[in-house]
Amino acid sequence: MNSLGQLLRDRRATTGLVILAILGILGLLAPIIAPADPVVQHDVLRTRFLPPFATGPDGNLYMLGTDRFGRDLLSRLVYGARISLAVGLLSVAVSVGLGAVIGLASAYFGGTVEKTLMALTDAALAMPRLVLLLALITLWEPSMLLVVLVLGLTGWMGIARLTRAEVKGLMGRAFVDAAKAAGIGDVRLIARHLLPNAVTPLLVAAALGVGNAIMLEAGLSFLGLGVPPPAPSWGNMIAGGRDALVNAPWIATFPGIMVVLTVVACNLLGDGARDALDPKTR
Amino acid sequence: MLRRATRRLLLGFGIVLFVVTATFILVSIAPGDPARLWVAPGAGQAELDAARQALGLDRPLPVRYLTWLANFARGDWGTSLVQQRPVMSIVADALPHTLLLTAASLILTYIGGIIVGVIQALRHRTALDTGLTVTTLFVYGMPAYWLAIMLVLVFSYAAARYGWPDWIRFPALGVTSLDAEFLSPWGRTVDRIRHLALPLVTLGAIGVAGTARFVRGAVLDVRNLPFVRTARAKGVSQLAVQWRHILRNALLPLITLLGLSLPALFSGTVFVEVIFAWPGMGRIMVDAVAGRDYPIVMATTAIFALLVVIGNLLADILYAVADPRVARDGHE
Repeated sequence: MNSLGQLLRDRRATTGLVILAILGILGLLAPIIAPADPVVQHDVLRTRFLPPFATGPDGNLYMLGTDRFGRDLLSRLVYGARISLAVGLLSVAVSVGLGAVIGLASAYFGGTVEKTLMALTDAALAMPRLVLLLALITLWEPSMLLVVLVLGLTGWMGIARLTRAEVKGLMGRAFVDAAKAAGIGDVRLIARHLLPNAVTPLLVAAALGVGNAIMLEAGLSFLGLGVPPPAPSWGNMIAGGRDALVNAPWIATFPGIMVVLTVVACNLLGDGARDALDPKTR
Repeated sequence: MLRRATRRLLLGFGIVLFVVTATFILVSIAPGDPARLWVAPGAGQAELDAARQALGLDRPLPVRYLTWLANFARGDWGTSLVQQRPVMSIVADALPHTLLLTAASLILTYIGGIIVGVIQALRHRTALDTGLTVTTLFVYGMPAYWLAIMLVLVFSYAAARYGWPDWIRFPALGVTSLDAEFLSPWGRTVDRIRHLALPLVTLGAIGVAGTARFVRGAVLDVRNLPFVRTARAKGVSQLAVQWRHILRNALLPLITLLGLSLPALFSGTVFVEVIFAWPGMGRIMVDAVAGRDYPIVMATTAIFALLVVIGNLLADILYAVADPRVARDGHE
């Protein structure tokens, strides 16, 4: 709890947390908050490309305007928060899980295991992530699950290195030797003593990773390879807006602002958490 | 030193081999039959089988892999399924465009990022520092494809609509204008630079923001280390402390960052090339992936991996040159 207090005293971390909380609430309560259905198309010819704050032919106010199918942009943004945040959080959960296991295993067992796993990590790091994502995604049918898995499976390398470094630092410490001398098993030693002590930098990396994953998901959607339409995702909204950039610049602008806001919030939280929780800078 | 260099070379070679192998396996186990691209739509099973034989798809996977690897190493990269042109010539056309864009944006990233970061650190906790911190935070959070679209919106469309002067009005697509061939040599150079402007600013702005964030932190960290205090205590002038003691040490990790940032730079390049119709590696890769043009997917992946590995090797050598301790003691 002490570390939570440290975190809440950091202004950047709290700003990031507040922004993320608002976005999360928007996503969770999307059906209540959104003024219209995000997918349904009304009288397309009369409601499409309405500018922000326009009143439609149906008498409804479109606060952020409509897209080329006459769908309410605000509603799509709010529902898009659901998808973007879910993809970000889930994929980072996958990569943190995988990275922690690989990092722990290499630090704990050392020797050949460590050499092999770290060589694998280095090789995976050398691949431009987007290239790998492209290759993986287009070869299979796009779906939200695939996007989560692929983002997760291509984002674990930094976490693995970090975990290895942290755990290696812990391995020589007295409490670990004491636990070993007391005859504790491998699994228990890892789960009870090593992992909890290495968790702080992992959380920082995870916060930064969520922002990155959201940005990449939007990028994949932008290339038509992310969450498939008509489900609203910020990325496919930007892609849709690009085609109407001259006549309706607001369509691409607003979802991009949402992505930037989310990434900034994640980075603020990550930076703040690192400074607040890192004993070296405390 | 020599042993270290050899080891790094071998490791780099292994990494490229790994990436290429992984891509080959992925491409091979993916659903979808490349032979379908080869035959006419609606072709019968017999033609499909013939195509599979012609493409060598009827042989077992390990044989196909080794054949492909041997051919690839010899420079025979196959023929594009979609364009029916040798992959080598497609790549040879595209690579210079990508190298120009990435090299220019790397130069911009480092020069701009160091200047901004150092200014921030020297004016630590002033309004200027705060303003730049907020700006870099937001720019760094911008997806490259969105920033690109916004730049096009302002500097191409709005500029054209409201008749802005030439120096803040830039073309949104391509490498040259349609009439470039009829321009004077000087006019052609200006035309190319004008086409480079928006893609370069997109990649460069994000790069500058990221580098500045790093440099600011690094300079602030080094500022209070004991050797800086010693130098000050000895009476070394403020300017000399800043340049010789603080900056030299703070900027060393930037060399490592160069290697580490390459994969992200190439990812950004892919988006930017797609948006600006820049005929580079990223664009042909996206097209190839969409069209299941496997030989091109394989070749582009291998080249991106190779570029990353070469970049890391260069960063390693640079580091050894810049920091003699590494070469002498073999520190990692």
